[in-house]
Amino acid sequence: MNLMEYQGKELFRRAGIPAPRGTHVRTADEAADFVAQNPGEWVLKAQVLIGGRGKAGGIKFAGAADEARKVANQILGMTIANRQNPQGEVVKSLLIEEKLPILREAYCAIAIDRATRRPIVMASRHGGMDIEEVAQQHPDDIAKFTIEVAIGYSAFIGRELAFEAHLDPHYHKTFPAILAGVYDVFFKYGAKLVEINPLVLTQDGKVFASDAKVELDDDALYKNSELRTWQKSLPLDEDEELAAAAGLGIRNFRRFDGTVGTMANGAGLAMATMDAVRNAGGSFSNFLDVGGGANADLVRSCYELIINNTKAKALFINIFGGITRCDEVAKGIVRALGETQARKVPLVIRLTGTNEEEGRNILARAGMTPVQTMDEGAAQAVSLAA
Amino acid sequence: MSIFLDKNTKVIVQGITGSEGSYHTGRMVLYGTQIVGGVTPGKGGQRTEHGLPVFNTVRDAVAATGATHTCIFVPPPFAADALLEAHDAGISTAVCITEGIPVHDVLRVVGTTRGMRIIGPNCPGLMSPGKASIGIMPGQVFAEGNVGLISRSGTLTYEVVDQLTRAGFGQSTCVGVGGDPIIGTTFVECLREFANDSQTEALVICGEIGGSDEEDAAAFITEHMPERPIVAFIGGRNAPPGKSLGHAGAIISGSSGTPQSKIAAFERAGVPVAERPSQIPGLLRACMPAAAAAR
Repeated sequence: MNLMEYQGKELFRRAGIPAPRGTHVRTADEAADFVAQNPGEWVLKAQVLIGGRGKAGGIKFAGAADEARKVANQILGMTIANRQNPQGEVVKSLLIEEKLPILREAYCAIAIDRATRRPIVMASRHGGMDIEEVAQQHPDDIAKFTIEVAIGYSAFIGRELAFEAHLDPHYHKTFPAILAGVYDVFFKYGAKLVEINPLVLTQDGKVFASDAKVELDDDALYKNSELRTWQKSLPLDEDEELAAAAGLGIRNFRRFDGTVGTMANGAGLAMATMDAVRNAGGSFSNFLDVGGGANADLVRSCYELIINNTKAKALFINIFGGITRCDEVAKGIVRALGETQARKVPLVIRLTGTNEEEGRNILARAGMTPVQTMDEGAAQAVSLAA
Repeated sequence: MSIFLDKNTKVIVQGITGSEGSYHTGRMVLYGTQIVGGVTPGKGGQRTEHGLPVFNTVRDAVAATGATHTCIFVPPPFAADALLEAHDAGISTAVCITEGIPVHDVLRVVGTTRGMRIIGPNCPGLMSPGKASIGIMPGQVFAEGNVGLISRSGTLTYEVVDQLTRAGFGQSTCVGVGGDPIIGTTFVECLREFANDSQTEALVICGEIGGSDEEDAAAFITEHMPERPIVAFIGGRNAPPGKSLGHAGAIISGSSGTPQSKIAAFERAGVPVAERPSQIPGLLRACMPAAAAAR
């Protein structure tokens, strides 16, 4: 789960990371009132999770109350979209912050490094740029330090990184303490990523976190009731919402543009099933991992999930019976299709593994012929969807 | 020989009286694994439905049974603690089946349990066919033989093993390393063991998108086992960037973890990459010496 900027900055404040003065508002009236009571130059920033808000016009300046109202009215309610999320996200609130007299912009973050299995701290003097871009254009300009969890963070790490990344010397005094705060947020809230980009150095020599990106671990949310409350205020990923409503884990369903629906037991097999559809010259409409206990109710809700929410014109069910028994799954499929009110699409079922014979017999009695292999099933489903 | 476990390995089950733990204990016993007891705090002194002794602590269980291995079925909030307890009690190998453990818990455990091998978490476990099984793999699809297998997934592993078995390729040991971003034992660590295993003459690596385990494995193969017949498969070739599919670790972040990078790395190492699981037995036959393929 990603936090909004204003939520990330709330965690920053608690950890002593300096952020610009400001407030979070939901209406244009609130924005105007705030600026009226606090004269000065302000920046109004759309609070969205989607990237590219600046380019989309989601960040604007205001120096007076009526200007703040006008700008807030422009941003609130607008839809910000990008290539990954063409449907976009509607702006529901704004962060109003003092406009900083920027001298330099740097970058710092802490993330989990899979290769070393440790937290990794990173710093760069190319702030305000996407770190992926920096990695491509100036790979040597990203200074890194992997942290031993049992030891944790210590100030020397920040000092070393500041020198190694060639940050402007005016950063050096505060940087180790800012990184301590970043590590604190990372550790205390079980984050997967805490990123400050840009970390601004002002003309009068102060350092501020001008943006905040915090990605929390969904699996750790049970530890913190406050963060669970925050989660409810965040825009839901529609696929995750649909998955949860169907009784699946939030990672177990994802929609795509194609026409062949897929359902498999196990994430690896479900991914391989999508690949098989593509290999057979077709396009898949979804990823779906039905999990270990593929009983009739779950099979039915998964069937309806796919048929009602994707462009599937045929459905390929690919089950490998390991712990899951094929006869149980077959019964589930027959019952699910008998009970469902959803539209019917041609079905291709591949069942193999434990109790395969019994499973095939159950399907045969219901007038369905299962196929033997994944490749064969994918090819048939692709031709039925054409 | 086999790696990580054989027929003499003594195993306890943490969470043995829970529904998952007790069901899979039964299956492991049936497969011939030497399950010597289990742990459920507060139920020490009782016996399970299979007649196995239950202990309050791992320390008690190890002292009474001499177990070296543990299989962990406890729920996510308690899994890190279970692993730390196993380490403290001197367990050498812990197989952690639990899915959904907070990633910081896993970081802390793998960073502080030196000397104990952790398989998983979020994995199907270990299987040395004909000898023993620790975890939840379905014994009936496996056959004993000379092909080692390492995989990040569960059912896809069974799919691949089933094809190997049907094509006449038995397996030495199959390791499900787990689908999480942080795991206790990587592909490279498995390869290091397989490289010294006399039973293992060829290997199958079932990777997937996300992370750099496959690239690291390819580099290890180039350096340490260039002559060994090895076939790879990469799942999730058609997954979108930025979204994990099922496994928390199956995620392309920016330019890292892409299928293209993994396939290219294996090809540079001379490892053929199957486009679909059904091609694996054929590719294996093509790169194995005829005598070894017939064993």
